[in-house]
Amino acid sequence: MGERVITYGEALREGQAECLRADPDTYLIGLGVPGPTGIFGTTKGLVDEFGPDRVLDMPSSEGGMSGIALGTSICGLRPIIVHMRVDFAVLSMETLVNQAAKWHYMYGGKMRAPLTVRMIIGRGWGQGPQHSQSLQAWFAHVPGLKVVMPATAKDAKGMLISAVEDDAPVILFEHRWLYGVTGEVDEGYTKEPLDGARVLRTGRDVTLAGYSYMALESLRAAQLLEQVGVDAEVIDLRSLTPIDTATLGASVGKTGHFVVSDTGHAAYGAVSEVASAVVERNFADLKRAPVRIGLPDVPTPTTPALADHFYPGPREIAQQVLDLLGSDRQLPPEAEDPRPWKDVPDMSFTGPY
Amino acid sequence: MAGSMDQQTPDTQPRPVVTVLDSTHRAEADVRIAMYREALRIRLVEDEIVARYGEQEMRCPTHMCIGQEAPPVGVSAHLQPQDYVFSAHRSHGHYLAKGGDLKAMIAELYGRATGCASGKGGSQHLIDMDAGFLGSAPILASTISVGVGAAWAARRRGEDRVVAIYFGDGATEEGAFHEALNFAGVNRLPVVFVCENNLYSVHSQLDMRQPAHRTVKEIGPVHGVEALSGDGNDIDEVWRLGRYAVERARSGANPVLLEFFTYRWKEHCGPLEDGHLGYRSEEEIESWRKRCPVTTYAQRLSEEQVLGDEAAQAMRAEIDAEVAQAFEFAKSSPFPELAELDRDVFPGRGAI
Ligand SMILES: Cc1ncc(C[n+]2csc(CCOP(=O)(O)OP(=O)(O)O)c2C)c(N)n1
Ligand SMILES: [Mg+2]
Repeated sequence: MGERVITYGEALREGQAECLRADPDTYLIGLGVPGPTGIFGTTKGLVDEFGPDRVLDMPSSEGGMSGIALGTSICGLRPIIVHMRVDFAVLSMETLVNQAAKWHYMYGGKMRAPLTVRMIIGRGWGQGPQHSQSLQAWFAHVPGLKVVMPATAKDAKGMLISAVEDDAPVILFEHRWLYGVTGEVDEGYTKEPLDGARVLRTGRDVTLAGYSYMALESLRAAQLLEQVGVDAEVIDLRSLTPIDTATLGASVGKTGHFVVSDTGHAAYGAVSEVASAVVERNFADLKRAPVRIGLPDVPTPTTPALADHFYPGPREIAQQVLDLLGSDRQLPPEAEDPRPWKDVPDMSFTGPY
Repeated sequence: MAGSMDQQTPDTQPRPVVTVLDSTHRAEADVRIAMYREALRIRLVEDEIVARYGEQEMRCPTHMCIGQEAPPVGVSAHLQPQDYVFSAHRSHGHYLAKGGDLKAMIAELYGRATGCASGKGGSQHLIDMDAGFLGSAPILASTISVGVGAAWAARRRGEDRVVAIYFGDGATEEGAFHEALNFAGVNRLPVVFVCENNLYSVHSQLDMRQPAHRTVKEIGPVHGVEALSGDGNDIDEVWRLGRYAVERARSGANPVLLEFFTYRWKEHCGPLEDGHLGYRSEEEIESWRKRCPVTTYAQRLSEEQVLGDEAAQAMRAEIDAEVAQAFEFAKSSPFPELAELDRDVFPGRGAI
């Protein structure tokens, strides 16, 4: 049988369908989940197969609804709650941080809160200061929450299924620009582990590690670097809790150079934690200080004239690598870009979304 | 006007609303003409955004208020320059009716340096401090409590200021709405809460989200907030209720919640129609279009001989010219320079 290729968005949809099919206690809830556009297509049509009792809309009450979902989860149900933007999930911080994260520990291991929370990171077309935040580091800071960021279609499906099976609260951060990315995904109830990094490309000169969309941008940077004779290893970090120091250590032991990228702000961000972990473990292997790449210390500007300079991309990563290696090689000239602005992943996006 | 609306001192008794709201009462002719002009202006601005959005130069999420022009027009007719307005994601009409600068708004949608937020906010973050439009933000219900805070500040500083806060039916499901109402009610703050109930939150119908037979209006009194509801497509009716509410708030009597039933014509976000999505019927959309707040008002003013055809045409031509100028201004304005990216994260931390 040939490999089956589907998009990241379709993979998420399949993952949820598998969970709903496998366990009658699983349900899916969120603003617009059963609606006609179905969370950018990721929940579209599920209500037809599983019914309005298991695929639910909700009032605009992120705070209360997260507590209600938590309440159902400690009583045997397995909710998947969806937030169209991370920025909206901020209203559920109390439940997640004070309650869900701690109930297993705080009650001496008696309580379980198998809650799965999907949070979508917006980007582009002027998503701006309140529709594009990438706050995974906030949640990873709290013991008791598992935070993962699938970058491939296979992981989108497999990690979602594992998240629902897991007895701890798990938060999946999904970058909106991954939804159209395709990859091989098996049919059926296919799990992928919630932890462990994955080597996407082997190389010997430098290790490029990235979360989510930045793992793909790191791959693109590696392709640029190849053209100037730099052989980069690329690692998809996948999980914030825990960080896979073994895979990172093996790579840095080989390359001696480390660059880590994330979709969030660099300051106090996931990149800082990953870089510290690598320095602690592989200090002797590092030939130069690691480089952290993330968003600058400013809110997301709406106008594309500024947003285009806000997000680091493959060229920025590649240039940082050349600087790190002390190379004065010039990157190949930028390919002709049909997009008037870089605020859309490709020309099929004509806004708004 | 009924004498009870003229009282100066705070009143501790809830008053029977019907006796002070004579439904036949109308604004003076010049006020009605001005309100019609503002409603038409909002419509023509929105129409032009719709016409040009496909050019892909307004690159930000944009929520059209076509069909919902009456509430901002009828409420703002009673607001003074020192009064404040807060809004959410669907804010163009609220901004314009309070006197927000049109050119700066269009430039903001075009992401230009001359925009009301230097291009950093877009359609979802309009602001005009001079006009007393203190801001719009799209996180549901968030600006409701901020607006209550503005009213509390006015009270504490002894300022004569009413704060009008606009939001949708969906926003009333957030805890922040109830908390804000409670505090305003406890402290009798000079707030007019304006709920534009357009029956939908994105594609979700009201009956899934809120109990049947419980209107938003009913939430007010339990929090000490007097509440009224009315036809949100009828400018005269909004004006009547708005007058009562603003006067009650200004006199220090109590905050008032106004619920206006109205309807969004376009898709939730963006310039297109959305009947094909099937979450609302074409018949329903059509029935509301027939009750267009702008054209029905034009008709009424014409029938009542308040506004003649010639004057109406001249008015329209004037607005057309103003709208064209605003778009020209926006499109010929520069984009912010790169240094703007780092500017204004903190007050006083300028890049130059
Ligand atoms: C806290 C939060 N949750 C979800 C959203 C997404 N959202 C944006 S507008 C909207 C619908 C709001 O409906 P309503 O308040 O009735 O306003 P309308 O769009 O109908 O004018 C939703 C759910 C949001 N902006 N903020
Ligand atoms: Mg609504």
